Parts: sequence; C-alpha cells; structure tokens
Amino acid sequence: MDESSATEPERAPDPEPAPGPEPTPDPEPVDARDGVIATRALTKRYRGGQLAVDGLDLTVPTGSVFGFLGPNGSGKTTTIRMLMGLIEPTSGAARVLGHPMPRAARAVLPHVGALIEGPALYGFLSGRDNLLRYDAADPVADPRTRRTRVAAALDRVGLTAAAGKKAKAYSLGMKQRLGLAAALLQPRRLLVLDEPTNGLDPQGMREIRSLVRELASDGTTVFLSSHLLDEIEQVCTHVAVMAQGRLITQGPVAELAAGTRGRLVVTTPDPGEAARVLKEQGVGDVVIAEDQVTGEPPERDLAEVNAALVAAGVRVRGFTVERASLEDAFVALTGEGFDVAG
Amino acid sequence: MSRADVVPQSYATGEQALRKPSPLWTFGLLRNELMTTLRRWRTLALLGVLAAVPILVGIAVKIETSDGSPGGGHGSGGGGGGPAFIAQITNNGLFLVFTALAATLPFFLPMAVGVVAGDAIAGEANAGTLRYLLVAPAGRTRLLLTKYATTMAFCLLATLVVATSALAVGALLFPLGDLTTISGTRIGFADGLGRALLIALVVAASLTGIAALGLFVSTLTNSGIAAMATTVGLLITVQILDQIPQLHAIQPYFFSHYWLSFADLMRDPVYYDELVKNLGLQALYAAVFGSAAWARFTTKDVTA
Repeated sequence: MDESSATEPERAPDPEPAPGPEPTPDPEPVDARDGVIATRALTKRYRGGQLAVDGLDLTVPTGSVFGFLGPNGSGKTTTIRMLMGLIEPTSGAARVLGHPMPRAARAVLPHVGALIEGPALYGFLSGRDNLLRYDAADPVADPRTRRTRVAAALDRVGLTAAAGKKAKAYSLGMKQRLGLAAALLQPRRLLVLDEPTNGLDPQGMREIRSLVRELASDGTTVFLSSHLLDEIEQVCTHVAVMAQGRLITQGPVAELAAGTRGRLVVTTPDPGEAARVLKEQGVGDVVIAEDQVTGEPPERDLAEVNAALVAAGVRVRGFTVERASLEDAFVALTGEGFDVAG
Repeated sequence: MSRADVVPQSYATGEQALRKPSPLWTFGLLRNELMTTLRRWRTLALLGVLAAVPILVGIAVKIETSDGSPGGGHGSGGGGGGPAFIAQITNNGLFLVFTALAATLPFFLPMAVGVVAGDAIAGEANAGTLRYLLVAPAGRTRLLLTKYATTMAFCLLATLVVATSALAVGALLFPLGDLTTISGTRIGFADGLGRALLIALVVAASLTGIAALGLFVSTLTNSGIAAMATTVGLLITVQILDQIPQLHAIQPYFFSHYWLSFADLMRDPVYYDELVKNLGLQALYAAVFGSAAWARFTTKDVTA
C-alpha cells in the first residue's frame, strides 16, 4: 500500500494474477500491484448477527475481466456494496483504485461505473431523463456535455430508439440495458457489473459479452458478478469463487479449470471389455454409460492406453479427453451443486 | 484531497482525466431534483387537491350567502363558525386567501409536505435508485441537503398554489377592494395584497418543521409509504394532543402550536410575539431533526 511504484494497465487481458511492475516516468501514490480492487479480511456481519462476508481477501488485477462467482446468498452483493461504499464493513479494509473505501468514495466513484443488483429506474421519467438524472448526481460530470454523453451511452447499449419512452414501459432487458448505459456515462477505469445479462435474450447476452470484451480491450477493468458459469468462462480472464461468505479460490480462469483434471472418454461398442482394459491401464473411477466408458486419465501416455485397447480387440470409435469446465471446477471446489446457501 | 487529485491520471488508459467537480454542481443536482419531484404524478395530485380547497370554500361561501344572509354560517364572526376571516369573504375576495390558508394549514398543507418529505429518501431507497445516486456519487450530505431544499421549495410552492388559487377564485366570485384589519383599521388593496404574500411566506416557513421531521423519518426506513404514513400520523397525533387542555405545559413545543399566528399579520400594528415564537420553533425543529437525519443517513448501510 505504501509503495509508490505503479504499473501500466495491460492492454490485453493477461492470465497472470499479478502483472509485473513496469517503471513509469511519473511516480504516483497508488500501487497498482495491489490491483484495482484489494480487500483485506473484509468482513460484514449484519445487525441480526448474520455473517454475510467472512474475512475476504480479494485482489482484482488491473485490466482483468474478473468473474465473481457464487451461488445466491454467498455474499457477492454484500461485497460489491462494501466496495461501492454503500455498506460499512464490520471489520477489515477495502481499497478500490488504490483508495480506501468507503472513506474515499467521492474521489473513487466517479471512475467507477456500477450496475448493482439490477437496474433501478424512475418509471415516470423517460430513459433519457433517467440517465440525465444519474449524470446530474455525478459531481465531475460536465453539464455542457451531458446530453451528448447520454446520447452516446444510449447508443452504445442500443436504446436510442426507445430513449423517449417512459422507463416503466421498458421490458426487463431494456431496463438492464439502461442500467448499463448509466454505468457508461463517463469513461470508467472500473466497471462493476452485478449479473449484467439478467433478463436479456441470447442476442442481448452476446451483445453484452462483446461490449464487456470491447471495454476490457480499452483498458477498463471489469468486475463481473454472475451465477452463470459459462458466461464467466466465455468473457473472464480471472475468477473468484465465493460460497457462504467465504472466498474459496481466486486466480486466472485457465489455472482454475486446469486444476481439475479432464475425463477420458472412450466410445466403443464393447464397453465391458473396454472398462476392464482401462482399469488395467491405471484409469481410475471407470464409469460405463451405454457405449461410452469414462474415467480419470492415468499419468502414462494416453497413446499407450489406446494401443492397449486395440490390442485387446476393443473396437474404438472415439478416444478423447474432455477438458474440465469451470462448472466441474466449481463443483470440485465447493463439493456441492450450485444451490442457494441456507 | 491531494491524493485524490492524482487519481484521474494514475491509471490513465488513453481517456482524458475527469474534470474537477464544479462548485456549482450541487445546483445542477438541485434543479434536477426539483424537476423530478414536480414530474411525479403524486406531487401534481397533491397540488391539485390544494388548489381545489379555495375553489370549494369560495363556492360554498357564494352559495351560502347568495340569499343575502351574512357569511360565516350563524353570524358568530370570524372565529366561531369556520376558518378565520370566512365572514369577510363576501365583502372582499382577498379574504379568501387568508381563509384558504387558515383552512389548509392545519392539515392539507402539512400532509402534502409530509408526503413529499417522507418519500424523499425512503422512496428512492424503495425504488433502488438511492444506491445509484450514491455511487454516482451524489454524496450523502449533499443528497440530504438537496432533498431538504427541494422539500422546502415544495412548502413554498404548495402555499403559493393555495394562495394563488384563492386569489383567483376570490376575484372571480367576490368584489375586491380596501380591507379592514382585525384591529379595525382600513388598509388599501395593494397593502392587503402585500400582506397576503407575506402571510403565504410565513405559512410556508411554518411547514419547515414538519419537513425536517418527515425527512428524518424518511432516513429510518426503506419504505416510502411507511415514511409518509408515519409523518402524516405524527402530524395528526400532534394536532390532537394540541387540543387537550391537560397537556398545556408541553403544547408550546408542538410544531403546530403557533401555526395560526400568521393571522397576527392582519393586525395593525402587526403583533409579532407569536409569529417570532413560531419561526423560532420551526428553526429548532429543522435544526434538531435535520441533524438527526444527517447523523442517520451518513452512517446508514444502504441495502436497498
């Protein structure tokens, strides 16, 4: 925290968790190696005694697209609210863009666009007037460029045609887009998007994903909370998994998925014989399902395993290793399905 | 703030640094808040009700006196049969302004203010828009001050709506001209109009206490309806307690106790004693409940 060196944000998302420091000509008080978001033992206990977030140590690297994953009720939103200065932590510390939150909220938040727990709009105002109002609440927003910036934000989320309609007539997907537009009223250094594709149709989801990629390639760090694993897998460079208020893991997506080994899948009309040979070859946890035999791949060369199958007279139609998905990794980590925490 | 000032450049990613906040931005927020409040259907409905009261009173007096009998029902004078000044309306339409203000001040005006003040924070929390205003970041103290300023502007607007509607109805239905003060002296119409405006301002100022109270209640809950109902409930309770003689020891501290003192502006010379007490009491309520609202709102967890 007290170092004065800093790094340039990476142009392209890097799978490394902490970007190496590069000397920059002008020293600055913010240590970017801490990440855009850095929390230490962040804890929130609500007045009822419920522990919502328990000793969270989160580091979001600069320039990453950071997936924040967890079942409903795992403390994701409470964490986001603490990061945005809406909730005071019970203990621990949070720094956003190098500054302590919520103390430095006024300096930090103009650089942060946020979509928290879905959009919230004034139903009796038009979409455009909703954005004008949110922009008027931003102390650093220039009133002279307000209308232009609002129009640009509406255009970016594809709402230009519906800008004059009252927000209460908007569909859920349109409201979601307007919420995103509010987060994009200014150039931001950090975007916090809580379930951004909620309520969108597949086409809308694709658009949001490409928007997130586009923003990330401009150097904006995107903090994306979601319970959709494939969404995180598709756009995120880094991921953190929460369950029951605790951080289970965090790191680059590739590493996390690699941590869980894939499964060997043999497609054959002779599954019984194939299973026997595979067990001989050291394949663990062999499961037969119709014409497919799956199992944990052994340490040895898989070409030899295949040769052994053929030598034993097993007719092999397919022989592949299915890469572990993030979902497999998640189940392996939490040891459970994707249920609502109690 | 020196650290904060460096931030815009520190992660510069090709974008231009954000400009420094203009000292005038608060007024931009205030203007937006005023416009937003005035575009709410509910606000317009409240103003409509307030505008209707003088019309109803004017028509009732006109019908009542069309057979030539004096106004004020049973001829018992200004105080007995109805709101103050009602007996004089038939002689001078300007008195409808005073009557309408006297009729709306005990309940309609403070109820309207209670609804707007109660909704100020709690309504935003209820709609979820509060979190987006705060991460914009509007700043909690500034948002609260903006809300209070808007509520006070609404107090003034509501009072002027009543007064203007009453003046228009009074001019349409009754003759206008010189008027007689409570003290019995006669003053010119222009002087009377000036006093009417002054009375409207005093009535608006009388509402600042309940505006602060409503704003404080508004910071306690995430339900706009609950905050409005609580504020209006407190108003009714205080108005009832103010009528119970056994409570005379604490009655001078009720925000509504000196409300009707605005009639003293119609004396010649003006009797200031209770007017000053009223304004002082409103300032006290604004200070106490304004501070309470600030203490609550700036430390509150925004979970809505």
